[in-house]
Amino acid sequence: MAERQKIDARGAFCPGPLMELIAALKLASIGDEVDVWSSDKGSAADIPAWCAKVGHGVVETTEHDGYWSVVVRKAK
Amino acid sequence: MSKTILIVGGGLSGTIVANGICRQMGAELRSGALNITMLGTTETHMYQPGLLYIPFGRMREAELFRDQRKVLDKRVNFFVDPAKNIDVEKNQVTTEAGRTFKYDYLVLATGSRIMPQNIPGMTEGGHWFYDLDGARKLRKALNEFQGGKIVVNVNAPHKCPVAPLEVVFMLHDFLKAKGLWDKTELTYTYPIGRLHALEPVAHWAKPEFEKLGIKSETFFNTESVDPEKKTLKSMEGSELPYDLLITIPPHQGSQVIDDSGLGKGGWVPTNTKTLHREGSTNVFVVGDTTNIPISKAGSTAHFEADVTIDNLVSLCQEGTFAREYDGKVFCFVETGLGSGTYVWFNYTTPPNPGPPSQMIHWFKLAYNRLYWLSARGLL
Ligand SMILES: Cc1cc2nc3c(=O)[nH]c(=O)nc-3n(C[C@H](O)[C@H](O)[C@H](O)COP(=O)(O)OP(=O)(O)OC[C@H]3O[C@@H](n4cnc5c(N)ncnc54)[C@H](O)[C@@H]3O)c2cc1C
Repeated sequence: MAERQKIDARGAFCPGPLMELIAALKLASIGDEVDVWSSDKGSAADIPAWCAKVGHGVVETTEHDGYWSVVVRKAK
Repeated sequence: MSKTILIVGGGLSGTIVANGICRQMGAELRSGALNITMLGTTETHMYQPGLLYIPFGRMREAELFRDQRKVLDKRVNFFVDPAKNIDVEKNQVTTEAGRTFKYDYLVLATGSRIMPQNIPGMTEGGHWFYDLDGARKLRKALNEFQGGKIVVNVNAPHKCPVAPLEVVFMLHDFLKAKGLWDKTELTYTYPIGRLHALEPVAHWAKPEFEKLGIKSETFFNTESVDPEKKTLKSMEGSELPYDLLITIPPHQGSQVIDDSGLGKGGWVPTNTKTLHREGSTNVFVVGDTTNIPISKAGSTAHFEADVTIDNLVSLCQEGTFAREYDGKVFCFVETGLGSGTYVWFNYTTPPNPGPPSQMIHWFKLAYNRLYWLSARGLL
């Protein structure tokens, strides 16, 4: 069954939200979702850009009070 | 009634925790009110950061190792008997030799390891320095290298965020001294859109790379290596040729964590402040094996261990929690064979590295020796 996992990478200077996402996707199954929280606007933009390059799906990007949540679905 | 603290993993963080508790709870250990047991995988303790110097002939292999029983306080019951199953419901750990250890408090300190086998062709086609065997092979390959294309290839996740950059600068100095730099084309690849996860480090590295003529490719996550054709492909769709591939393979935590159902990939879901395993109040997680989104580094392991010592001592003696971890990480960065800088940050303070200097390089070299004091809990 597809799972959704949350990574709270707010305030993570190293390795940072995108690197955490890449690591999490390696362990996920196709169809699983990862919800990454980032307080850095740059990575909120980087994540969808990277997903487009690699071919993973971006389910939604939501701006909350002081952070972004990006939900990514593993596609391959 | 006597209490037992069981530590699984005798690397950096497990050793610091064990020694730190011994120093603060001498009376309880003497009276038998407390006992500390550690499970490890080998009789020796390896200084992992020293591996970086092996391929360049800058450290001897013997300098990396000490007898674990000499690094550990004598009052710790140390068994070379790896944990096979960790049962956090029954508060017990069973080992490969078939022993069962009960505990009141458990410390998980099983670290992380390289998994080149997770990328097709990487084991056959790649060199690395993240374990002793790899460092030896890389030393041989570098001694035989006569020029050509070197790719330094970084994969996520990995421990020691700075080692990949350090090895690039050290390769430059090493090959230049051998008169081979002009015959070398060095390309560095990184998983995200800049040269390093830490933004100021990435900004600093970019002009340094340009100055030295080091090429780079960002957004590069290795999908496969072809050892015959000597190429590597990224998930992002590019392909690079190499004569010598130096890779930082992706990492995972220890198998026992996965096998015990304590965390996918060997990463244990951990409270970022209390360092409790999520769902347990008597299981602490320290070092690389946490899933906390911060650098997997010796300094992280050390700071987490210090907090855990205070909390375990406080819980045993006063029945109360002492303090929280603030996310502190400190890293030296070698910027060549003769200069270095450092960077620190925590959950709320961004990193801000200073200019490289020869003195900081000497500090790092000094730390290579002082490590043993640090593991003993004296530093
Ligand atoms: C090449 C290299 C360079 C580095 N450079 C730096 C640096 O400059 N600065 C820095 O801060 N950090 C550096 N690091 C990282 C640092 O060494 C690690 O982050 C640190 O050792 C983590 O400590 P730990 O206690 O979590 O894990 P480790 O020190 O790896 O210890 C884990 C221990 O658990 C044991 N274990 C595993 N499974 C079991 C089991 N089932 N039962 C019992 N025991 C088990 C392992 O054998 C190991 O001894 C470097 C690492 C490498 C490889």
